[in-house]
Amino acid sequence: MSILVQEQQPAANPFQAPRTAHNARRRVSNIAIVVLSLLATAFAVAVLLYLLLYVLRAGLPYINIDLFTKIPTPNGEPGGGIGNAIQGSLILVGLASLFGIPLGLFTGIYLAEFGGRGAFATGVRFLVDVLTGVPTIIFGLIAWVYIVVPQQSFSGLAGGVALGIIMIPIVARTSEEVLRLVPKELREASLALGATESRTILRVVIPAASSGIITGIVLAMARVAGETAPLLMTAFGNPFFNSDITQPMESLPHTIFTFAESPYQAQINQSFAGALVLIVLILLTSFAIRWATGGFKQRGR
Amino acid sequence: MSIQVRNLNVWYGRAQALYDVNLTIESRGATAIIGPSGCGKSTFVRSLNRLHEEIAGGRVEGEVLIDDINIYARSIKPMYVRRHIGMVFQRPNPLPASSIFENVAIGLRLNGMARGGALKEIVQRSLEQAALWDEVKDRLGESASQLSGGQQQRLCIARALAIEPKIILMDEPASALDPIATFQIEELMRELRNSYPVVIVTHNMQQAARVAEKTAFFLQGRLIEVGETGKFFSRPEKKETEDYISGRFS
Repeated sequence: MSILVQEQQPAANPFQAPRTAHNARRRVSNIAIVVLSLLATAFAVAVLLYLLLYVLRAGLPYINIDLFTKIPTPNGEPGGGIGNAIQGSLILVGLASLFGIPLGLFTGIYLAEFGGRGAFATGVRFLVDVLTGVPTIIFGLIAWVYIVVPQQSFSGLAGGVALGIIMIPIVARTSEEVLRLVPKELREASLALGATESRTILRVVIPAASSGIITGIVLAMARVAGETAPLLMTAFGNPFFNSDITQPMESLPHTIFTFAESPYQAQINQSFAGALVLIVLILLTSFAIRWATGGFKQRGR
Repeated sequence: MSIQVRNLNVWYGRAQALYDVNLTIESRGATAIIGPSGCGKSTFVRSLNRLHEEIAGGRVEGEVLIDDINIYARSIKPMYVRRHIGMVFQRPNPLPASSIFENVAIGLRLNGMARGGALKEIVQRSLEQAALWDEVKDRLGESASQLSGGQQQRLCIARALAIEPKIILMDEPASALDPIATFQIEELMRELRNSYPVVIVTHNMQQAARVAEKTAFFLQGRLIEVGETGKFFSRPEKKETEDYISGRFS
C-alpha cells in the first residue's frame, strides 16, 4: 500500500460531486435558473391563453351568418353584422399586397444577390431595419399628406398604400434572409451549366427559396391585416359595403375599436366577435403556411 | 477537344494559388489530378471552366486553350465557356425541390436548348449514360432529394451530360459517397472516358490508378509531375512525387 493512502472515504466514487458548500450553491443556482425560466414562460403563456379564451368566450356566441353578410344597424338596433369591415379588410390587404409584395421582394433580391457588402446595400439594409420599427401611424400620416389631402377624401387607396409601405421592409428582410440561405453549391451548379447570373437567380435560387419567401409574404399580410393606426386617417371608416377604393373603407380592426367603445351592448358583442374572426383568420393563415411548406423541408443529403 | 493550359496563374485576392501551370489534356481519356489538401487541385479544375472568377477576388492569368481557342480571351463570355463544359461537384447538389426529370432538364431549359419531346429524349439518354435510368424511369416525377447519395451524384452527372459537354470536370466526385456508390461512380468514369476528355480531382491515389490513364501531381500550387498512370505510380521522376505517393505526407 502506498504511503499516500488516506484513511477516510473508503472506495469514494470519483465521478460523484463532492459535498462541498460550493457545489451546493451551484446546484441551488442551477435549479433557481430553471425554475425562473419556467415561471416566466408559464406567465407569458398564461397571459396569451387568457387573452384567447376571453375573446373566444366573449365573441363566440355572436358568430353567425349575419355577422359576415350584414352591415351594422343604426343606433344599436339589434341584428346587423360587420360584413362591411370584413370586405374592407380583404380589399385593403389585397391592395397593400399588390403594392408591398413586389417592391419588398425585389428589394430583398437586390440585397441578397447584387448588393453584397457595398456601401449602398448596407445603407439600404439599415434603412429597412429602421422602417420595421417605425410606428405605423407615421405611414398613415404620409398617406394622409400625399393622398387624402390632395384628393380631399378618405379612401381605401390611401389605406392600401399605407399598409403596403408597412409591408415592404418586412417582405424585404425575410426574402433576403431566405435567399441567403440557399447554398452556394446550388448557384454553382447552375453557373456550371452555363446559365447567366440572372437566369440562375430566377430559375434556381428563387424557386429554392420559394417556401421561405411565401411564408414571409403571408406573415406580412397577416401583420398588416391587424393594423389600425394607419387606417384611422386614410381609409377612415364606412358603415356601408364599399368596394370603391376612392371612397372611405371600413376595416376589421377599426370596427373592433369603434364598437368596443359603443354604448350599445349588441355592438360590443359584435366587436368581440370581430376580434375573434380576426384572430382566427391569422391563426388559420399561419397554420396553412406551415402545412403547405412543410413538404419542402427535405433537402439532399 | 484537347485542352492546353499555358502559364496559368491563379489568385484568391492577393494570395496566389497556382503558379505557372502548363499541361496538355488529350481529347479522350481520363486525367487524374492528385495532391495534398490545399495544393490547388480544385482551383485548377475550376479555372478550366472559368468558375473560379465567380469567387470574390478570384483572378486568373494565362491561357487555357480548348481546341486552340483561348477561353480567357477578352471577347469570350464565361457562361458560353461553361455551357460546353460539364462539372460534377464534391457533394451532390441536385435542385432539392425539383423532380428527377427537372433536375436533368434544367441545363437544357436554362440554355433554351430543347423542349417537349426532344427534351424528354435527351433526359432519358443522359440518365442512361449516367447508369441511372433503370433505377428512376418509373419515378421521374419524384423529388430528387429522395435519392441516395450515389444516385444523386449520378443524377448530377446526367445533368452535366444533358447539355452535351465537350469536356467533363469532376471535383472529388466520390469523396462524399459510401464505397458501393464510389464503385458505381468509378465504373461510370471508366465509361465516360471513352467518349469525353475527363479531368478528375481526387485525393485517393488508388482511385486515380483505377480510373485514369494519365495522372498529374500538384504541390503547393505547382504542377510537379505528370505522366502515364502506371509509370507515374511505379517509377515517378521527382522526389516530391515519390514522397507523396509513398505516404510521407498527404
